Amino acid sequence: MRLRTSRSALPGFALTLGITLAWLSLIVVLPLALLVLRPWTLGVAGVWHSIAEPRVLAALRLSFGAAVLAAAVNVPFGLLVAWVMVRYRFPGRNLADSLIDMPLALPTAVAGIALTALFAPKGWIGMLLTPLGIKVAYTPLGILVALVFVGLPFVVRTLEPVLMDLPLEAEEVAATLGATRAQTLRRVVLPALMPALLAGFAAALARGIGEYGSVIFIAGNMPMISEIAPLLIVIRLEQLDYAGAAALALVMLLASFAILLLLNLLQWRMGRRAS
Amino acid sequence: MSHSTLTRRTIIGATAGLLAPAGRVVAAETTLLNVSYDPTRELYREINPAFGTVWREKTGQGITINQSHDGSGAQARAVLDGLQADVVTLALAADIDALARRGLVAMDWQQRLPDNSAPYTSTIVFLVRAGNPKGVRDWPDLLKPDVAVITPNPKTSGGARWNFLAAQAWAERQPGATEASAEDFMRRLLHQVPVLDTGARGATNSFVQRGLGDVLLAWENEAWLARQEFGSDACQIVYPSLSILAEPPVSVVDRVVDKKGTRAAATAYLEFLYTRQAQTIIARHYYRPRDPEVMGQYAERYPALKMVTIQDFGGWDIAQARYFADGGLFDRIFTPGQ
Repeated sequence: MRLRTSRSALPGFALTLGITLAWLSLIVVLPLALLVLRPWTLGVAGVWHSIAEPRVLAALRLSFGAAVLAAAVNVPFGLLVAWVMVRYRFPGRNLADSLIDMPLALPTAVAGIALTALFAPKGWIGMLLTPLGIKVAYTPLGILVALVFVGLPFVVRTLEPVLMDLPLEAEEVAATLGATRAQTLRRVVLPALMPALLAGFAAALARGIGEYGSVIFIAGNMPMISEIAPLLIVIRLEQLDYAGAAALALVMLLASFAILLLLNLLQWRMGRRAS
Repeated sequence: MSHSTLTRRTIIGATAGLLAPAGRVVAAETTLLNVSYDPTRELYREINPAFGTVWREKTGQGITINQSHDGSGAQARAVLDGLQADVVTLALAADIDALARRGLVAMDWQQRLPDNSAPYTSTIVFLVRAGNPKGVRDWPDLLKPDVAVITPNPKTSGGARWNFLAAQAWAERQPGATEASAEDFMRRLLHQVPVLDTGARGATNSFVQRGLGDVLLAWENEAWLARQEFGSDACQIVYPSLSILAEPPVSVVDRVVDKKGTRAAATAYLEFLYTRQAQTIIARHYYRPRDPEVMGQYAERYPALKMVTIQDFGGWDIAQARYFADGGLFDRIFTPGQ
């Protein structure tokens, strides 16, 4: 009798893993490796100098800050949207469901131009806000609006499958044991959703950090105020400063990687605790 | 604007180029790619078929010219990165110099065609709201507290660099002006700017369609185009007391035409720009023609204007380093504590 190792569900494990690794290397690792190697023609001091400029730091602060805020706005509202989509049946639900994916499908430039037209001082919404002294288009607030727009589907689509799996019985049991609605939500529903909420937050955040197309139309692009880091990368490329562009890209890459890793770890620990 | 739109456009253009001859029964048609800057779209759309007819009469061969448009700097970079342009028709000589420095274009490119290889010129003017409600007549009026000025980012837009230099030229020529007083003028001027678009067309849209700002600093041809498009009840053109002669140059991309064997056609295409026929088309699109007779015909469009040239700044290399490179005046204006 021959000993059998535990069988994998995938046939030909070695082959599929091989293809997976080759594919990942080609599509992800190779371009990123080039990016990591590119800036050093400047020398370590040169790389540091090209990143430590006040204008670069302001742009990085803005890109990461706006992305975190936008993801934070998207989590509660995305949860609400996902909840309504999963738990209720109403006329026009299919239509609303497809609308959620629109920010993914729409070319980002189109989204940016549409949002700008809406929020510019003469736009439908801008017209109402201007007398109140609120400026959205051409300010950092405009960047937030654009990032909330592009990030929403990431939160909704991450939460939906988890919500569908959430047993209704758990809520009913909580209710029969005398829990109020708020208690049920806080003690039963939210803990079960927490990993998915974090995952949605991470996805929206990742999208927001790198977003370029929609933001440059609404941002105003003033240095130190509303200039995002990806725009600075483009500006450096146009000056044929490839190494400087790569240096800035590398910083964004490392920071994004660190944030996403942290969020993944957090999510993993929560998932373990829940089970 | 972004490289992806450019590529997409190029692909669409290339596809159109491939499909077009299929209808006709012409073998081995020459195809040229003209990589140009933002506002020349309409101009070359009319130039290209005109040249096609001339070329067919001369050689019996058909020719298709595809055009690609974007910010001048972005286009130069695309060509550097491998976009197969037979000719470049860009907003400023510095962008073709960058190609020459990397061996794509001969170093003496600017001497190969008449008039510094610039078959048409333009200048920088003010576009204001109809009736000129803020009373903007010249450069100092732009500093009035309630005047918002729209100009694109000189880091990404060729037109914006001409805007910047025109203002700088005026400031330097004021009685008692010093380098510091000119810098102060530029600093105050740029603080009147609420939005920095990445390209000239984007800035025009911000001004005309979004209703942003009171003055748009624009190419003369772009200003006329906006006036024609949106009507004189929307905006009007103001000529300042001093501006700059903008010379958008053209060149064959030597490395590409030698590889593709299109040098003869590409050179003929650029030489065609200097003919009476092309100069008339150029004038119709509000660029200033080089041909004095054509210029005479359209004289009422082009008020006499005192203009400096890029040579007054010592050429592009010097201007670029002083004003637009990293750590140049533009950067210093926006960096606090400097």
